Amino acid sequence: MATAATTSDPRVLIGRAILGGMAHVGRVSMLVVEIFRGLKEVRIWVPRAFDEAWNIGVGSLFIVLLVSAFAGGVTAYQAGYQFTGSLPYYVVGTLVVESIVLELGPVLVGLILAGRIGARYAAELGTMRVTEQIDALESLGRSPASHLIIPRVVAGLIMIPVLVIFADIVGVGAGLWAAKQVLPLTNADFTYGAQYFWHPFDAYYSLIKAFFFAAAITIIPCYMGFTTGQGAEGVGRSTTAAVVSSSVIILLLDVVLAKVLLNS
Amino acid sequence: MIELRGVKKKFGDQVILDGVDFVVQDGETVALLGPSGTGKSVLLKHIIGLIKPDAGQVLVDGLHVAKLKRKELAQLRYKIGYVFQNGALFDSDNVFENVRLGISDETKYSDPDYSRERVAQVIKLVNLPADVIDKYPSELSGGMRKRVGIARAIVGEPKYLLYDEPTSGLDPVNSDIIDGLVERLSDELGVTGIMVTHDVRGAFRVADRLALLSGGKIIMQGTQEEFLASENPKVKEFLERDFENPSNAAA
Repeated sequence: MATAATTSDPRVLIGRAILGGMAHVGRVSMLVVEIFRGLKEVRIWVPRAFDEAWNIGVGSLFIVLLVSAFAGGVTAYQAGYQFTGSLPYYVVGTLVVESIVLELGPVLVGLILAGRIGARYAAELGTMRVTEQIDALESLGRSPASHLIIPRVVAGLIMIPVLVIFADIVGVGAGLWAAKQVLPLTNADFTYGAQYFWHPFDAYYSLIKAFFFAAAITIIPCYMGFTTGQGAEGVGRSTTAAVVSSSVIILLLDVVLAKVLLNS
Repeated sequence: MIELRGVKKKFGDQVILDGVDFVVQDGETVALLGPSGTGKSVLLKHIIGLIKPDAGQVLVDGLHVAKLKRKELAQLRYKIGYVFQNGALFDSDNVFENVRLGISDETKYSDPDYSRERVAQVIKLVNLPADVIDKYPSELSGGMRKRVGIARAIVGEPKYLLYDEPTSGLDPVNSDIIDGLVERLSDELGVTGIMVTHDVRGAFRVADRLALLSGGKIIMQGTQEEFLASENPKVKEFLERDFENPSNAAA
């Protein structure tokens, strides 16, 4: 009874959660150190990174373009619905471009890829953990970081910003097309609006966000997969945790980066 | 020489190893026996540094495994070949790449002529057909996967070979082939071996000496004759159970 009372004490539960969270942060930090240590083994990770980059880029392109096209289109439709008569039409161009480039492009791509890439990485590495493939690699005196983690992280850090560029372009294009369906808007109006509030930093901001999201989408699932518990249940749990935690981190990063880079 | 001194290991509240003392001299093959779940594989993983002991020492060639730095541990691992229970082959690589990863010398690993020749050599040594090198693990039978695992373990010319249940999950014919292979490798390559198994007949065939792990401790070490003559009830129970098991008797 005493034990049950102790474990249901909210202070104990909160304390455990904090300690557990700190332990995760510590282990993720150690993984990042391993990644930097393994970077010198270029011969090992570069060929594998090309394969991973192909998987991320080509494999995700369709879903990324689909989501960004819908996001751009819906943004334009809603702008058309809200702006009728009260504001000049070119503002739709401003709204679509700024919404897509600053927020929807990187965040939607980030969340989609957290599911697609994050789940895959956690499941792959988790399966390798439970089938002793990672132990086998270590037993051969080889670094799991340079064979398994660095290729995935580097490929993500390169390809996810590239996908965000595609998403931004397609999202804006879809927004232009959709806006012209519901409003008497010309290409020139849209372009004028798009340029009116445009800062070159907006494009960099989109890429900086994409880079940070890429780190979350690759490192967290690799960590979750790497520390998978026993059996199929362990792999399932790691995969779910990878998708949920990388999605939450993306949203947190979104807030932090907006505050730091746009409002400082 | 491999030496374990008072090695203790717990996972949560469960005591797995409770003060294991165990020595393997250079050149000998020792079978580590024990029922499933007694920590035989855990013990083996201590030797290669995949698991660190809570207490005690694991010494390989006089080196304290748990205290080695990263590079020193990698160097030590080059001297040890580890055969995993289910092969632990890399799914996404073909047999050639799987085996090639075991070549510890980086210059030789990077030399395509050497690595192709060396991989072909060990594939032949483990009695696999030459065309297997282009196949993926999913295209191989259980027995073939085990032999590829052995090929990967020996390709780097290790001084020690650790076998984790090399015959588990195999039919009697394939078990016999693997036992014969372990015996032959021991003779031909002169490696020091530890074979974790619960198959007493296989152990009797392959090992110079046997050790029985029970209750987290090595309760007996000795030759086949000494085991058969033992009056220790746990030893007798283990031997009788194995010899009464029809699947083992067939082997």
